[in-house]
Amino acid sequence: MKERAFVLFSQIALGALVVALWQAGASAGLLDPFFFSRPTDIARRIATWIATGSLWRHLLVTIEESLLGLVIGAAIGITLGFWLARSPFVARVLDPYIKMLNAIPRVVLAPLFLLWFGLGIWSKVALAVTLVFFVMFFNTYQGVRDADRVLIDNVRMLGATPRQLTRHVLIPSALTWIFSSLQTSLGFAMVGAVVGEYLGAARGLGYVISQAEGTFDTTGVFAGMTVLAIVVVIVSAGVTRLERWLLRWKAA
Amino acid sequence: MSAAAAPALEFDRVSRDFIAPGGETYRAVDDLSFAIEPGAFVALVGPSGCGKSTVLNMAAGLLAPSSGRVRVDGVELAGLNRHATYMFQQDALLPWKTIRDNVALGLTLSGVARQESRARVDSWLERVGLSAFASHYPAQLSGGMRKRAAMAQNWIIDRGMLLMDEPFSALDVHTRQRMESELLALWEARDASAKKTVVFVTHDLEEAIALADDVIVLSAGPASRMVARHAVPLERPRDLFELRTSAAFVDLYKSIWSVLREEVRKVELRA
Repeated sequence: MKERAFVLFSQIALGALVVALWQAGASAGLLDPFFFSRPTDIARRIATWIATGSLWRHLLVTIEESLLGLVIGAAIGITLGFWLARSPFVARVLDPYIKMLNAIPRVVLAPLFLLWFGLGIWSKVALAVTLVFFVMFFNTYQGVRDADRVLIDNVRMLGATPRQLTRHVLIPSALTWIFSSLQTSLGFAMVGAVVGEYLGAARGLGYVISQAEGTFDTTGVFAGMTVLAIVVVIVSAGVTRLERWLLRWKAA
Repeated sequence: MSAAAAPALEFDRVSRDFIAPGGETYRAVDDLSFAIEPGAFVALVGPSGCGKSTVLNMAAGLLAPSSGRVRVDGVELAGLNRHATYMFQQDALLPWKTIRDNVALGLTLSGVARQESRARVDSWLERVGLSAFASHYPAQLSGGMRKRAAMAQNWIIDRGMLLMDEPFSALDVHTRQRMESELLALWEARDASAKKTVVFVTHDLEEAIALADDVIVLSAGPASRMVARHAVPLERPRDLFELRTSAAFVDLYKSIWSVLREEVRKVELRA
């Protein structure tokens, strides 16, 4: 407990040090505020956004897109992962195609999605889905394939039907893998949403950042990035707790 | 042949081949025949790699013989052996279920409602001394406790046959002796007519003699066969802590070891 407090203290101290150096550098004229802005300016900008309510408007859109991307990507990835793990023939046929699709840089898909799904949230959701899907797919596939042979045999000997085998062994076994990848998936979902917004949108944090860049407003860019970073830290702390609870049966 | 007179388990000229990674055929078990009477406790011993587990997996129906027949209560086995439960060498408890849910698993799978199974689960948890650990997960328990939970998981659904694949080999020697005693206590507690048929695989001859009515010695693999079958005419109930030093036990050990020694030596020469 003492150690944890010390780690937290050190983490905060490190952040404060970087911010302080940044501020000092800007004041001393070492860092040109036009290119690097200033922590105080950034804080003031975020405060303005909060006061006018524009922060919530954009942030909620980004979170909505990320969550939709996460849920849809997870649903497709988990279903397909399960199916392929249970059908080795299909898995072998699809293998090169899955690798090819995964190798596509998602940014190049963004313009296509804009054409297909329009400027609204769905083109961003689609981009998030393409990122989340593969993480979920590979983890589910591995999780099912990795299910312990002895556990499967034991449950079968105890009288499990194929359906019960899936429910009591294969799904929980895959869930360990899926939960462990939740952190990554969530990060990817947000990346997908923000990149999508950045490349063409009328709302969202990515849109805010790209607008600021368009007017050489570095303070706006950093403010957008700061908000994004804070959201990710909060969400990932939540995911960590959820994960710990869901996987509580694992050895401490 | 009436079902009552049939052996509980019968191997009739059973062989089993595997395809090695290189593509050549590897014969694990060759032309193996034996019969086990209902309610008997039989140990299968042999040097490591002799196909003991293969034999047990065929008895369980997890593996099909390449040739020959496996009969259970006189009926040829097709698919899983529904008269048997299986206790594995490795941990086979579901790590994501509590000890209570693990013990109840066989009942849950056959559709018994939670409330109905509760009393039975409680009594089994008590019998194996795990009442206080009902809501723990397997990872929170010691190896011996996990084996006890596995024992309860197997006994609660009360099938006529219990297949055991070196179930205690991973335990330290004292825990192991205690588990052996507990197993015998469970098994000997039944009337002769309700006794389970036990097939117990081990590489430890001492353990085999201490527990079993009959010891079957398998030859070194590949193409393992039965080289001897010895009756163990030691009185029951047995006190395992005293038994091992008794003259009768030592004599039996010497005579069976003289057979097994040759097989163990073959493995050593090859290695």
